[in-house]
Amino acid sequence: MTPLVLSHFTAVNALGRGSTAVFDALVSARSGLSPCTFEQVTLETWTGEVAGLDDFTVAERLAEFDCRNNRLAQLALEQDGFAMAVAAARQKYGAARIAVILGTSTSGILETEHAYQRRDAETGALPTGFRFATTHNLYSAADFVRRTLELSGPAAMVSTACSSSAKVFASAARLISLGLADAAVVGGVDSLCRNTLYGFASLELVGHEPCRPCDAQRGGISIGEAAGFALLERPEQVSGHSGVALLGVGESSDAYHMSTPHPEGEGAALAMQRALASAGLGPEAIDYINMHGTASQVNDAMEDKAITVVFGTHTPASSTKGWTGHALGAAGITEAVISALCIQNDLMPGCLNTRALDPVFTSRILLANETGRVQRVLSNSFGFGGSNASLILGAWT
Amino acid sequence: MRAWIDGVGLYAPGLANWESSISVLRGATPYVATTAPKLAPSLLPADVRRRTTDHIRLAVEVGAQAIAHAAADGAQLWSVFASSESDGAITHNICEEVAKSPPQVSPTRFHNSVNNAPAGYWCMAVQSRQPSTSLAAFDASAAVGLLEAVAQVSTERTGVLLIVHDTPLPEPLNSARPMTAIFGAALVLTPQPTPRSLAQLELAIVPHAGEPSRLPDTALEGLRTGNPAARLLPLLAALARGNAEVLQVPYVHSQALQISVAKP
Repeated sequence: MTPLVLSHFTAVNALGRGSTAVFDALVSARSGLSPCTFEQVTLETWTGEVAGLDDFTVAERLAEFDCRNNRLAQLALEQDGFAMAVAAARQKYGAARIAVILGTSTSGILETEHAYQRRDAETGALPTGFRFATTHNLYSAADFVRRTLELSGPAAMVSTACSSSAKVFASAARLISLGLADAAVVGGVDSLCRNTLYGFASLELVGHEPCRPCDAQRGGISIGEAAGFALLERPEQVSGHSGVALLGVGESSDAYHMSTPHPEGEGAALAMQRALASAGLGPEAIDYINMHGTASQVNDAMEDKAITVVFGTHTPASSTKGWTGHALGAAGITEAVISALCIQNDLMPGCLNTRALDPVFTSRILLANETGRVQRVLSNSFGFGGSNASLILGAWT
Repeated sequence: MRAWIDGVGLYAPGLANWESSISVLRGATPYVATTAPKLAPSLLPADVRRRTTDHIRLAVEVGAQAIAHAAADGAQLWSVFASSESDGAITHNICEEVAKSPPQVSPTRFHNSVNNAPAGYWCMAVQSRQPSTSLAAFDASAAVGLLEAVAQVSTERTGVLLIVHDTPLPEPLNSARPMTAIFGAALVLTPQPTPRSLAQLELAIVPHAGEPSRLPDTALEGLRTGNPAARLLPLLAALARGNAEVLQVPYVHSQALQISVAKP
């Protein structure tokens, strides 16, 4: 593919608000996970909750969109000067020339969960004032973001479970290459809800302690919430930018099982190989791999095998979910932003919380942070339904 | 941005499949919304089918029709799924369950609740490891899906299966997001004409939408407006007529997708 620069990016997650907060937590090995206190959830687990989402509402002119998910989106747009950068791009290209392609898994379903707690005892009707289209509907956050940023280009919500906000890069790159847009706001947002907490618990995938990716004793995932955005532009049209570009994207399907990845990681390996082919790079060009690494037994085992098949046993790899938790539909953008920070700062994070590496693993998993030249990062995101996406980000001058 | 259509799948009340619906879509026979046949796509083995929902079966049904019509190998095609509301029956069930204390969420229901569940079952059914995406954009979902599918055809030079499908939500959700009928359609899109091509499509985004293309049959027009996936009905009607036509389908915001249909 033709590279696209990430002229600006931002993230909000359990580590804090904005790139600096996220980077500081990575460097100081400070996890954002804490025991689950979300609403009245009775599960013994840890979550990556974003603080302060109950303390404000979305902008008055978009009040009908107010919900936890859109508040989280708004909070992220306000960090790192992101909304201002998009406003400048809007001046440059025109509002209709900037696409908004976002990912989510559950959107604002929490609003419907609350409404179901207050159904009419006789008729079963949902309470008056319940707003479906602007909160729970999948497109809500994309519509909210494009209205907040006053954009009118192509828009869509990608919803492929935990690969959603990685696959947005592929869709946006296609729109730009076809000339349907000059730039794209990509990213994603997913927020805590009872649906995902109890749902993942029903599959016995939720850990009772902070998640320990790639650990011999890993006990399951810690669910997080997050939002993140990047502004993609053609390099020749940008003067100042972050110094990071999207070099390649690979997508694949497992065709194996709804909630279990292929045990040998064949679909995952295919996504990584396609990303390398898309970037025109060999595996030796990758300095660090940001794993999907959920800390579930099967994910980490298959991902280790897939990395070994594609990269051999020397490329440093780790999962940063011990910091942020698994932000599901926002995991792809969260880890794309982390990967960009790694490139900007020559950082390779270890697997936070992980004590002893699974002895059967053969790839080179980092347990502690390392520094070294990081020119190119491959970031993996894999979702239920066997939906795989790998991104390659690289330094760009 | 061009693509050719090699196969069509269709499922709605009174429109059980493409072949038997051509006369209605051309306007030669009035549309009667007879009860749609039970959804039991044979691509799904019986034990797998039992674990699925009508929303998933709908996608597999129309997808299977389309690849059979196109004589295409489903394993080779990329796929794009577009649905505004995803699986309402599951949403309803899980929201009911998590309102209880303590909730007992069914693990099968939960993994079927992801919006790409139909895509997951489809890829397993045809053994496809090709990329698959699942999109939503409220009433523009089907238009957004068509644009993504043709964008994939154009940039990747690959065959793409587009599936648009929406299933009415159970109450009390249907009152919040009303839909009048189930609707699913599928298109096999190719990057160049083949001996099986039915039509050539050319897409463009129109910044200020005019009147959307409508259907002369008022009952069929009611289906178009009663289900977001059915917003592509004017395209199917044009394919059934076999003429060159220029259509407008509402896209996001106040824009429209202009679809120029021509003979292959």
